Amino acid sequence: MVKKRLIPCLDVTKGRVVKGVRFVELRDVGDPVEMATRYSEYGADELVFLDITASVFGHDPIVELVERAATELEIPFTVGGGVSTLEHARRLLRLGADKVAVNRAAVERPELLTELAAEFGAQAVVCAIDSKKVAPRKGEVVTHGARRPQGLDTIEWALEAVERGAGEILLTSIDADGTREGYDLEITGLVCDAVSVPVIASGGAGTVKHLADAFEVGAEAALVASIVHEAPERIPEIKRELKEAGWPVRI
Amino acid sequence: MKIVLADYGAGNLRSVCSALGRAGAEAVVSPEPRATREADLAVIAGVGHLAACAAGMQQTGLADALRERVESGRPVLGICVGLQMLFEESEEGGTGLGFFSGPVVRLQARRVPHMGWNTLSLRGEPKILEGLDGEDVYFAHSYTARPAEELPGAEVEHGGTIVAAVERGALAGVQFHPERSGSAGARLLRNAIAWSKSA
Repeated sequence: MVKKRLIPCLDVTKGRVVKGVRFVELRDVGDPVEMATRYSEYGADELVFLDITASVFGHDPIVELVERAATELEIPFTVGGGVSTLEHARRLLRLGADKVAVNRAAVERPELLTELAAEFGAQAVVCAIDSKKVAPRKGEVVTHGARRPQGLDTIEWALEAVERGAGEILLTSIDADGTREGYDLEITGLVCDAVSVPVIASGGAGTVKHLADAFEVGAEAALVASIVHEAPERIPEIKRELKEAGWPVRI
Repeated sequence: MKIVLADYGAGNLRSVCSALGRAGAEAVVSPEPRATREADLAVIAGVGHLAACAAGMQQTGLADALRERVESGRPVLGICVGLQMLFEESEEGGTGLGFFSGPVVRLQARRVPHMGWNTLSLRGEPKILEGLDGEDVYFAHSYTARPAEELPGAEVEHGGTIVAAVERGALAGVQFHPERSGSAGARLLRNAIAWSKSA
């Protein structure tokens, strides 16, 4: 049986890991590859590097970081943030990223998902969706660091993304992100029920209970930031607690 | 001891290459059929569609080099889509090298791709999997080989029992990613190096 995954997310800007509340108020928390290696040693199952400034200012994503991570890491990693074209994504995957996460570029040109899946397989293609709650049981897709609403229903977009080739959905609730008050279980559950690919819950994790809640509504993996950045040595304890609560996790 | 990763133009082989380096081998990536023919161990790795991989193998002459190796009993290891390449026709399109009998079929499970860490159950006594029964390794795939015969290797559960690894003589394949499977993956690569020396 496939295990539930704990995935630390490293928000990267200008080569440093940062953490913000609701995508603003950024503060520096460390070097990405050093932090990633430490997390891997403590038992993180996978990692995500998100270049959070890339899509705002049109920077290249984190090429040097990908090269280092590819040769040094012994667990899989995903790279996202400003992945705008097929050529761009291809470069990151060829440099050794296990998966690329596309967000705004897929919204603007959904064929990108199909093209990537055709070349690298669906397992290498993550569709990152930032969702804002607009009504009960209803989310709207937002882009540009949550600044731009797209007039697109979150569940409908998730279904289309999978149809077009995404092999995983990274679903971030903009409302919950950075609050440590728990994932948005409503939209997470709705997306998990709708799609056939694994869903990574993201935004709002503050306690082990929050991770278990996400698994309960169907998420295959839980993205975490603050709760591990401040104390990575807690990862084994978090996983042990999840295991004691009956969840299949890798110890 | 020289390992050659057959470069048929698909996917990134450097991660596997550096993991083999960490496991103590001298590994290189090469598109030359001669390098694959002469290596102590030839590795087929990469990601993507089997059809594209098979086409790349044929065009580069690597398919023939690998066939010669298998016919003369020299070690070949397939990783991920490389394991699938050792089998026959794929539902994804394309045909593998046919060193093992059986098709490659789409996974039937609630969540596809099969993505994440899963627990190996050993079948028989495969040398490359020594010490790995009950260990978790990382998978990321939507298709699976369905061997026509019972082979030593390993299985995992994902919407039923699926193949995680196979081994017959000097020919072996793993569906998971040893280069991304932590210490269990490193153990697999060290086993494979030792196996290829004795095979």
